[in-house]
Amino acid sequence: MKVIKHSFDGVIVGAGGAGLRAAIEAAPHMKLAVITKLYPTRSHTGAAQGGMSAALANVEEDNWNWHAFDTVKGSDYLADQPAVDILCKEAIDAVIELEHWGLPFSRLDNGKIAQRRFGGHTVKEGTSPAFRACYAADRTGHMILQTLYQKCVSMGVTFFDEFQVLDIKIEDGICQGVVAYELATGDIHIFETRAVTFATGGFGKIFKVSSNAHSLTGDGPGILYQKGIPLEDMEFYQFHPTGIYRLGILLSEAARGEGGILRNKDGERFMERYAPSIKDLAPRDMVSRAIATEISAGNGAGPDSDYVYLDLTHLGAETIKKKLPDITDFVRTYVKIEPIEEPIPVQPTAHYAMGGIPTDVNSRVLSDEKGTVLPGVYAAGEAACVSVHGANRLGTNSLLDIVVFGKRAGQSMVDYVTQTKPNQLSDNASIDLAKKITNLIEKEHTNEFSVAKIRKDLQDSMEENAKIFRTKETLETQTEILEELRERYENVTIYDKGKVHNSELVEAIELDYLLDMSEATVSSALARNESRGAHSRQDYPDRDDTNFMKHSFAFKNENSANLKYRDVELGKYEPMERKY
Amino acid sequence: MDVSIKILRYDPESDRKGHWENYIVDAEPEERILDLLHKIKWFEDGSLSFRKSCAHGVCGSDAMVINGENMLACQVLVKEVGNSLKIEPIRGLPVVKDLIVDMEPFFDSYKKVMPYLINEKEPGDRERLQSPEDRDRFEDTTKCILCAACTTSCPVFWTAESYVGPAAIVNAHRFVFDSRDEGSKQRLEILKDVNGAFRCRTAFNCTSACPRGIQVTKAIEDIKRETLLNN
Repeated sequence: MKVIKHSFDGVIVGAGGAGLRAAIEAAPHMKLAVITKLYPTRSHTGAAQGGMSAALANVEEDNWNWHAFDTVKGSDYLADQPAVDILCKEAIDAVIELEHWGLPFSRLDNGKIAQRRFGGHTVKEGTSPAFRACYAADRTGHMILQTLYQKCVSMGVTFFDEFQVLDIKIEDGICQGVVAYELATGDIHIFETRAVTFATGGFGKIFKVSSNAHSLTGDGPGILYQKGIPLEDMEFYQFHPTGIYRLGILLSEAARGEGGILRNKDGERFMERYAPSIKDLAPRDMVSRAIATEISAGNGAGPDSDYVYLDLTHLGAETIKKKLPDITDFVRTYVKIEPIEEPIPVQPTAHYAMGGIPTDVNSRVLSDEKGTVLPGVYAAGEAACVSVHGANRLGTNSLLDIVVFGKRAGQSMVDYVTQTKPNQLSDNASIDLAKKITNLIEKEHTNEFSVAKIRKDLQDSMEENAKIFRTKETLETQTEILEELRERYENVTIYDKGKVHNSELVEAIELDYLLDMSEATVSSALARNESRGAHSRQDYPDRDDTNFMKHSFAFKNENSANLKYRDVELGKYEPMERKY
Repeated sequence: MDVSIKILRYDPESDRKGHWENYIVDAEPEERILDLLHKIKWFEDGSLSFRKSCAHGVCGSDAMVINGENMLACQVLVKEVGNSLKIEPIRGLPVVKDLIVDMEPFFDSYKKVMPYLINEKEPGDRERLQSPEDRDRFEDTTKCILCAACTTSCPVFWTAESYVGPAAIVNAHRFVFDSRDEGSKQRLEILKDVNGAFRCRTAFNCTSACPRGIQVTKAIEDIKRETLLNN
């Protein structure tokens, strides 16, 4: 196996919105490399649709404090309020900056950036839905990804495309570099570097029905978790209410922001019963629970009564064509119905990890629940947990998160690199990864222990036992299943023994991360005896502020996780009952 | 139903040239071609290599030739293409393994046209204003996902890889017709070159191939016209 060594001041792992934004900040100040297992423009930021919120007040009176109130309330009071203030305050400049870099936002007649309504965003702390989401039709994420990549091209940022980072080297508690696998050749590359940002995105592939790309396997969180770094708030996983039935392909909340309505099999607008004031624009956790409740009450549509309808038929062809072109095309392509004329079958789909690698507000990774900083390691975007989303993220706040905290990760890298001297990493750094790869190549393939079979059983069982509604019983069942799957994984084998684009080998290693993410999720969920935001325990239906106003920190331990906790940082908003 | 799939395979570690392999896959009419490729890879032959990511036509990873036409494998359903399939890598770029081609020449052409906003003026602390009409002028070409379906369907590109190709021109168009941009002169100078827009012979293959429905040939014509007007 060929080993190639590189030396950089800083390395960014992942080239979605957070990674690229960090790169733009860091590149002028250091020798920087961005490493991505895809091509940058293939990153899943590009699949985000509806918008990016900022209190620009282009349509109506708005104020970043109201945005912060909504974010905290939406988080079911688990978000750290000082971090939320940063997110909402810096949102305004972040949007303007993207516009200056060329982002083609949709425009109002007066030429300003257009803004639309979105779930959980209100004016004056809950009075009525707010026009706060800045958008570019229903492909806002695509435009952000393209604009950030274009900016990187103009700056001459160095990319290693289709290189997959699979190991980090930390010596004496300090980052020394990362080790990557080059997909096109099978070579190992050692990146000697003292500052690393993980911006690898989420891990929605732990579930069967998911809006996430195949590539979202939790690589960054997995790499750190295996080195003893905890993962924060893993029990909080968001299910987006409107995935295309069975496929899970996302249909943006913008559809409801523009006036779309959810209906059960009888055509009833059931959200009126669950959130009387803002109805279909309630936050995602509530809408997903409402759909699941309708379905289990027998109000679902279709032969298996297992979906509801997203009705856009009253919006008119013009609005749909102008404002929702992509998602209505998805419906035509994958469901073969005309959304201008017929309601769309939808069901909740695994969408977004509120939890992830713990960081402070400067995107510095924390190595324990006490807040100890791990020198030289940063994380941003969905891979990270600041926490600004708490127990439930509001729509549009993820695009905001990636630019605000991606930028901060870049700044922190610059601070660290200017204060430290270049390090040296031994050639032995490749040994652990080389061993892992050799094991997989040398082990004889058997169908019984194929990657796909273990992964399918993982996704099916997580879907069954750890999705929207959970109980002690389902979570204990899943814990046992995960133990079995872990045992099977110890014997995992691959058929492809080649060096060039051996994606089966990579999928085998990614499956290890998916198992880690599932174990941390289930352990954290089992220990949280309350319902808060996206975490719904049917055996503990109420929020318990006395015992659980705290973030969980899951540390890897054989087949489960050891849990520790850290208090939520409160601010001006006192926890209250969450009603809409 | 059973779907028969013929795939042009090539493994640089063992093959001197490509060869066809046949597979029979049990599939539902609503399944994506990408789902079928996964069934082969996951349950039959793990060495089959292809790119994929989002699986719903927005990331641009899985452009390939399906029954003679460039498509994204995740955007086509079995019922649209029938139960007898022939799948090959996109044409005109070097094949690396199976359905994976070397994308570097493609991205090099993209970078040549300065695909970023050029405007040296201090923009102030609020957004630049742009009317909805001005915004609409380049709406179509903002949709590009750089999948290379257009460029690798172009007969001119097949014979002359020095031609920047439709995708690069689409990405130039996105900025040339953006009222906020001031770099058109430089970009059009590049596209006036012998390997620029005038190499296009309006075959319209690119327009048919675009999975995002971009009017690619029209965008190239817009650029040709703009180049002449700027002379």
